[in-house]
This record gives sequence, structure tokens and C-alpha cells, in this order.
Amino acid sequence: MGECPDARLMAGGTDLLVRLRHAGADTKPPLILLSKIPELADIIMANGDLCIGSGASFSAIMAHTLVQDHAPMLAKAVGTIGGPAIRNMGTLGGNIITASPAGDSLSPLYVADAQVVLVSPGGTRKIKISEFINGPGKSDIRKDEILTQIRIPLDDGFQSHCFEKVGLRRSLAIAVASFCGRLRFDEDGTVAEARFAWGSVAPTVARSINAENALTGNRLDTKSIKKSVAEATASLSPINDIRASAHYRRTVAGALLKRFLENPQREKKHV
Amino acid sequence: MDIKFTLNGNSQSLSTEPDRRVIDLLREDLGLTGIKEGCGTGECGACTVLMDGETRLSCLTLAAQIDGRDITTIEGLQDMEEGIILQKAFEEQGAVQCGYCIPGMEMAALPLLTLHPNAARNDIKIALSGNLCRCTGYVKIVDAVEQAGREIAVKKEGL
Ligand code: FES
Ligand code: FES
Repeated sequence: MGECPDARLMAGGTDLLVRLRHAGADTKPPLILLSKIPELADIIMANGDLCIGSGASFSAIMAHTLVQDHAPMLAKAVGTIGGPAIRNMGTLGGNIITASPAGDSLSPLYVADAQVVLVSPGGTRKIKISEFINGPGKSDIRKDEILTQIRIPLDDGFQSHCFEKVGLRRSLAIAVASFCGRLRFDEDGTVAEARFAWGSVAPTVARSINAENALTGNRLDTKSIKKSVAEATASLSPINDIRASAHYRRTVAGALLKRFLENPQREKKHV
Repeated sequence: MDIKFTLNGNSQSLSTEPDRRVIDLLREDLGLTGIKEGCGTGECGACTVLMDGETRLSCLTLAAQIDGRDITTIEGLQDMEEGIILQKAFEEQGAVQCGYCIPGMEMAALPLLTLHPNAARNDIKIALSGNLCRCTGYVKIVDAVEQAGREIAVKKEGL
């Protein structure tokens, strides 16, 4: 990259090649194929983190037992991306760098407080996903850096998990809204910790700390649920577009949270 | 750039632009016009091929990416037992109307049938979920894949 500053890094190409095509025949930057580095596709456990190589395909992630055991909502979320062929091609690193507010793999990563590992000739840095992505299509990646790995801390204490995506059809659909949540309960049944993230309802995937705090220390009852849902819908900033209106998106986002809170055991971790 | 790959069981070496789309390489340079281009942007599945046995969209794959890989196109089906059964099942079920989507449909179904010929109807639908058809309404296509699966399973058990 040092020798060829206009070069673009390409992972699966399922997004980049479409964008370059839309940009017209004159836009033909040199491409550097990350798929030629097989180590980038590794999925391993290291230092208590589940480490997913940026080049791991969605199909490989879905099928991997480490992911199914320790990040089941990520496995579920990547299974909703595109169709089977797209999932054989597209990668987790690509989905992060594309930084679409509708990136289906992202909300489970936000909820898990995942970190991205960036490597450059100058060294390696790690940064939280929520700090790394800072707008639609924008991230804090520097010119000479490669995203090599996604590290997901193992937090096996959460008893309830959920990922839901609402689209206009089941396959090849860009989400109208998606939701990922997890809850940890104390022995007396009060909520010890709640984490929620939504896709497609803000410029980036968004957590709502207020909605989470509305539950901590409380039992899940009509009152706490109502408060949490109200906080969530107030903190999201969806847009109107060809797929749905902002109002509809906000309503769906709240409904997905409500549905999870009303029946949090629906999706147990090990089914 | 010089690339080498296996195409429907035969080795191929050729010289091409590294960023030539594989669909253009196959259709225009090699004359394999069985696969079709519908959208060119990864949304219709008409251009599906197999790379190392997995489905892939050739409209979003570049020549440099297939270097050293094993590529199967719809033209390769006639040399595979599963492929022949699958094509016959599409004919018998009347699953083909204009035909434009069919090569992609058959390629999408092939890995499933090879690995799990007894796949449930719902698994067939998932395997085909990235392929659009504007004619048939899909039912007969799923019927055809189901029929092929049954026949392949019988053949395999018979061995
Ligand atoms: S032409 Fe490749 S997916 Fe439509
Ligand atoms: S048969 Fe015409 S598009 Fe499928």
C-alpha cells in the first residue's frame, strides 16, 4: 500500500465491486486481494477472546462451532446476510469496513463490545467497534492499516440473547431494522446487565445506554419494559428511505426490543 | 497476469487482466455462455458458478481470485452423475420457463444435493434463496430439486 497509494483493499468484493461498478468504467483502482492471505480467515480462541479473522466468510463463521458456542447471535446474524453465494464470498472484515448502518453482522459485535485489530507497518492497535465506526461508510481506519481480526470477549454470563432482522423479504434484503440484545439476570430475577443494539435506525449501528439502564436493577415488568422501550425509541434517529419511513423504523425498533423483553427466554443460548 | 485454474475438470492456463470479471472471462473469452448475467451486482444469482465446490457469483469475482482454484460451470453438469439427474428433473417437473435463471438455480442446488441429497424442502429453499426467477413462481423449481435429491439418494444407497 505504501508503493501504491490509490490501491484499494478488497476482501470478498461483494460490496466494493458493486460500488466501483456504479462509479463507472473510469474508476478502476488497483485492487489488493486480501483473500490471498489465508491466515486472515482463521477463527481461533486466544486470551479469553473469540478471535475471528477479518477474511473469514459469513458461511465459515455461521458453521464454526466456536462461534455457535460463544457468539450464537453473530452466527444467527451473519446467516441473514444476502444469499448463500454472497455468504460464501462476503467477510466479517468487509462488513465492518463497509460500515453500513444496515450491516447485519454489526449489532452482535456492538452488544458483545467487540474490538477490531488494525495492523500497519508502524504497529498494531486495538479499538472498540463502536469507536471504530463513526458514520455511514466511515471508520477510523488509517491509510496504511489493515483490519486483521475481530476480538469478541467471552461473556458467557448472559442468560438471554436475541437477534432479529426485519426486511422486506427474507433473502437478499437490506434490513429495515435489526436488533440484537442480551440480558444477564441476578439470582433474584432482577436484571444485572442489559445490552441492546439496533441496525438501520441511526447513522451507525446504535446502542441505547438509556434503554439499558432503565432495566438494570429492576425486574422485567410492564413498567420497566415500557420505560426501556420509550428510552430506546427516543434515542434512535432513523431516516426515511426507499425501504421504510423513519416512523415505521422507530416503531419496529421499539417493537423488537419489547418482544425480546416480554419473552427473554425464547432464545436460550444453547438451544 | 497469467492464471491457472481447473475448469470443469480440465486445467486451463490463460493470460488476462487480473481484474477481469470471471463472468466475462467465462462467457466472452472462453465461450461458456451457459451462465447468465442478470444484475451484475450480486442480487439475482443467474451468474452462479462453483469455486472449490462452493457457490459463488461470477459477476463479483475477479480473474485473479480464481487462480489455482477449481471452477465448475453449468457446462460441467453433463459430466457429473448428480448434474445429469438434476437437469433431467428440471425438465420432467416443467421447472423451466424462459430458462434465464435456470443455470444459476442448478448450480445453487448442486452442492446441497451432493452433500445432502435427502435435504428437506426448507433447506432446498434456503439453498436457492439467492436466486431470482421471474417466471416460474419457484414451486416447480423446488419440486425439481427435491425429485433430483430423491433420485440421487437412491443411487447412492444402491452403491
Ligand atoms: S448477475 Fe451475478 S448475481 Fe446477478
Ligand atoms: S424461468 Fe424465466 S427467470 Fe426463471
